[in-house]
Amino acid sequence: MKITLKVWRQKNGKDSGRFETYQLNHVSEDMSFLEMFDVLNEQLITENKEPVAFDHDCREGICGMCSMYINGRAHGPWEGTTTCQLHMRAFNDGDTIVVEPWRSAAFPVLKDLMVDRSAFDRIMAVGGFVSVNTGNAVDANSTLIPKEDADNAFSAAACIGCGACVATCKNSSAMLFVSAKVSQLALLPQGQVERKDRVRKMVAQMDAEGFGSCTNTGACEAECPKGISIANIARMNREYLGAAILPGN
Amino acid sequence: MSKISQLFNSSIGQKVIMSLTGLFLCSFLVIHMIGNLQLFKGDSGMAFNTYAVFMTTNPLIKTTSYLLYASILYHAVKGLWLAARNRKARPVKYAMSQANANSHWTSRNMGVLGTMILVFIVVHMSDFWAEYKFGHIPYTKYTTNILTGELTSEAMPTDYVQSKKLEEYMVGTDTKVVIVKDLYKEVSEEFQNIGLVLLYLVAMFAVSFHLYHGFQSAFQSLGIAYDNYKGIIKAIGIWGFAILIPAGFAAMPLYFYFFKS
Amino acid sequence: MTSPRLDAKIPGGNISEKWTQYKSTVALVNPANKRKLEIIVVGSGLAGSSAAATLAELGYKVKVFCFQDSARRAHSIAAQGGINAAKNYQNDGDSTYRLFYDTIKGGDYRAREANVHRLAEVSASIIDQCVAQGVPFAREYGGLLSNRSFGGTQVQRTFYAAGQTGQQLLLGAYSALMRQVGYGTVKMYARHEMLEVVTVDGKARGIIARNLVTGELERHFGHAVLLCTGGYGNVFFLSTNAMGSNVTAAWKAHKKGAFFGNPCFTQIHPTCIPVSGDHQSKLTLMSESLRNDGRIWVPKKAGDTRKPIDIPEDERDYYLERRYPAFGNLVPRDVASRAAKERCDAGFGVGASKMAVYLDYASAIERYGKVEANKQNLVNPDKATIIKLGKGIVAEKYGNLFEMYAKITGENPYETPMRIYPAVHYTMGGLWVDYNLMTTVEGLYALGEANFSDHGANRLGASALMQGLADGYFVIPYTIGAYLAKEIHTNPISLDHPAFTEAEQRVKGIIEKLINIKGNKSVDHFHKALGKIMWDQCGMARNAEGLKWAISEIRKLREEFWKDVRIPGGAMEVNPELEKACRVADFLELGELMCIDALNRNESCGGHFREEYQTEEGEALRDDDNFAYVAAWEFHEGYEWSLHKEDLVFENIKLTQRSYK
Repeated sequence: MKITLKVWRQKNGKDSGRFETYQLNHVSEDMSFLEMFDVLNEQLITENKEPVAFDHDCREGICGMCSMYINGRAHGPWEGTTTCQLHMRAFNDGDTIVVEPWRSAAFPVLKDLMVDRSAFDRIMAVGGFVSVNTGNAVDANSTLIPKEDADNAFSAAACIGCGACVATCKNSSAMLFVSAKVSQLALLPQGQVERKDRVRKMVAQMDAEGFGSCTNTGACEAECPKGISIANIARMNREYLGAAILPGN
Repeated sequence: MSKISQLFNSSIGQKVIMSLTGLFLCSFLVIHMIGNLQLFKGDSGMAFNTYAVFMTTNPLIKTTSYLLYASILYHAVKGLWLAARNRKARPVKYAMSQANANSHWTSRNMGVLGTMILVFIVVHMSDFWAEYKFGHIPYTKYTTNILTGELTSEAMPTDYVQSKKLEEYMVGTDTKVVIVKDLYKEVSEEFQNIGLVLLYLVAMFAVSFHLYHGFQSAFQSLGIAYDNYKGIIKAIGIWGFAILIPAGFAAMPLYFYFFKS
Repeated sequence: MTSPRLDAKIPGGNISEKWTQYKSTVALVNPANKRKLEIIVVGSGLAGSSAAATLAELGYKVKVFCFQDSARRAHSIAAQGGINAAKNYQNDGDSTYRLFYDTIKGGDYRAREANVHRLAEVSASIIDQCVAQGVPFAREYGGLLSNRSFGGTQVQRTFYAAGQTGQQLLLGAYSALMRQVGYGTVKMYARHEMLEVVTVDGKARGIIARNLVTGELERHFGHAVLLCTGGYGNVFFLSTNAMGSNVTAAWKAHKKGAFFGNPCFTQIHPTCIPVSGDHQSKLTLMSESLRNDGRIWVPKKAGDTRKPIDIPEDERDYYLERRYPAFGNLVPRDVASRAAKERCDAGFGVGASKMAVYLDYASAIERYGKVEANKQNLVNPDKATIIKLGKGIVAEKYGNLFEMYAKITGENPYETPMRIYPAVHYTMGGLWVDYNLMTTVEGLYALGEANFSDHGANRLGASALMQGLADGYFVIPYTIGAYLAKEIHTNPISLDHPAFTEAEQRVKGIIEKLINIKGNKSVDHFHKALGKIMWDQCGMARNAEGLKWAISEIRKLREEFWKDVRIPGGAMEVNPELEKACRVADFLELGELMCIDALNRNESCGGHFREEYQTEEGEALRDDDNFAYVAAWEFHEGYEWSLHKEDLVFENIKLTQRSYK
């Protein structure tokens, strides 16, 4: 296949950036999207140009590092798929593909397609955990957890923290990410003790990071590579309201 | 910071107030709709005009109406403020965006739709509410024979005024007389203006699309969109608020334009 | 005889009491002193995150470094199948001893008994800890934890969270880590890569790290340095490792005096998606748990080109079930991999490349469908209904894996058998450590896959997660006390100390040299060339002649690399090519050592298969008389290595020919 790529190039956070157009003449449909970028970079290096910087690591759709906005959609056209798992058979010979970084005030661009998502870590650091020191735990089977709760908690916990939700949301809201963690722990008995404190702190940090607010467009859920449901957002809203209104910490 | 003030300052808290005011406005729409259906009664507007008096004099309704004005203002101002802030959360826009692939356009254009509705509300209020309250609307005298139900109406002289908004008395034992400001007439005259009719139609589309997303969204923001009754919330949102109510309101100008000219 | 340089510090006493005894007698550091002691943790995977969090909980000052943009991205996240623990919740006869025994046997008797027994002992606590953190393991309807079985064992001791167990465990450890970051007890340095160990008077006292965003070199002091940097499978270029997984931290430590243990012990995982072309950048694993239900076969006729569903049952060779009736499709990984290679080499391979075998779910779908039909009280359901129900159950168990397969290959694994082939997955070898997990450099520790200690010559499925978390949560917090108790009087060493300056200069020199080569070939070119040599000569089967050839080829390639590599961009900016170059430079040295080690080990054991040493049936032929030792290699300038041996003493398990028949 022949593919034309329009890729966002930006030297660093201070540079204003621009699109560059590249032509690839031998793209196989068995390639992953990132393997196509490997080919592009190899070509650029041969031409003595600087290769495109992009985040990637596991290339099996679980580490959450890859992050490209492809033809106007986070992670490209396939549903439930990260950029690294997107394969070129999703495109046609002669296609032009526009590739941009995640765009959000809270995710500043570092270079080309790489952005800084450390805001997510800071949100996690204020409450995305159960306070249990190593060695304090009781026997794992001493707490019964209904299968349905465990399964729902797992579905929320499957979030890979890639930031596609923020990238997709017209408001750059991080509600899906935050609510996935809040939900996971709210659904499990282990999370009950710190339940209210957790949601208050995580939401406060989320707001402080400069994410927009949620307007329930559902775009995040539609583009989430792990299919995290916006039912989690409703749950977090409920948790948050409860934490503010009901007595107790 | 207390938990409550933290709530109101948070993004979630602000959304909660948006949804509460929004749902309150939805409930008003239902009342307003039911009341206005009296325009179709075919009694030369007696019921409608009487209802208008009730709505502007009943202390409970009056109090509620101030709450309503405040809600409209808050919902509009805060909504626009939030929309502006949300835009700032993405300083550099995407060169290419395929938002239709992941969300309904109504959900992404609540600010625009809301602004259209706000403009409409201003026109609507100055046309009718302000006119009724501060302008000069002539009175009409309705005479009803209670035995036969026969109703006649006659316009009062333009310089006629009365101390009460509604004068009601019996003539003999079988004739009831009601003299009231004829808002109905004002309505039917206004809706002869094709421009205004079109404005109302456009506004009702805006209301429809705004509520198509807004009604369901409010429940999501309040965290009560549980799976079990997501379906019913959606049904009410679409059939009730995005279709029935705007259609009902839209029928009024059309009715006057086409059938009461 | 064990080299005097290798004191494993194994506590005395009965195997089942060593660890208990040790814990009660090891030196302690009082809380006030802990606050003064600084620990550097490199890597934030299961071992790194769990160690950092636990040490911070204890009161130490901790710094954590990872090259990814967040601690949560470490490659532990990609582990799919599960984590073993001797809980015996299934009442099927499991015990600490059995887990210990299975692991030693699975590792083909090349692991240290005391370490493995400790691993088995703490395994149960790991599950308790993870559950307490909110890790959503799979559960039964009664609310109790669910288990499944994995290769090389006959009990169900594997705990799992769908096909994302590694993800859930890592996120648990990450959450514990982030909690400490929030408290300010851990300082996190993401997008930082460690490029040198700083030693003062023979003790590890810090590291030099490159800030991958600004390019600056930073000096960091620590009373101890923990390397939790994973394995080096990427020396083969194509592996199931993440693109960034590398040996650099361990290799720098090696060059600073840490011995490298059993470098040639590589695990080739039998169930990976086959290579599709030259563009391939990595290989994707299909979890071993798939072998629970899937059946592996090739056509009986060599070069059969029919579609798999058109090949009738009696013309299929279920070669694992045929060769190993007792364990069938659940033989250990090394055995399954070699068997697949044997069939493909003999011309029975399938798919376009003929380098693949089938992993077939048709019979599992039918079996599950029937069970489900029974559950739903369907009388005489037709075949289509059974298949439909069966697919539903299979989707519930393995849905994410099947989807992944479909995305990568464009084929629907519910309809047609998956094609799989072995691929490099894990490295059992690593830095040599003693019972305390300390390397031969004082104060320098290696945890998790980065060390050599627990898996011998072959790792059993679901044991890597167990080891990473055991080391981090339950071993190092005790064993580090043995060292740090003696360090309470050591004040932080100034970053201007000559050792720091000298280490930074060395790193700077390497980076400048790399950038200034301005040659003609990309880093990937060299990496691919190295990978091909390694895979062909030091992969699933090795022989003396090939290894000797490989050693000379690698040396040539290394020379060419330092003359002809091209790295665009500068040092003081985000520069992924430079990062890769630093890593590949180290792989080019490690590759040679792996071949040297493989050549030295004149036996076949576990994943190390020397063609010269096999039984008549083609099974690995161990030589316990001459090779029951850990090969620990010491680096000398000029790429010379000397061998130190740690004899493996088996007091509790009798060495036998491993049999899964």
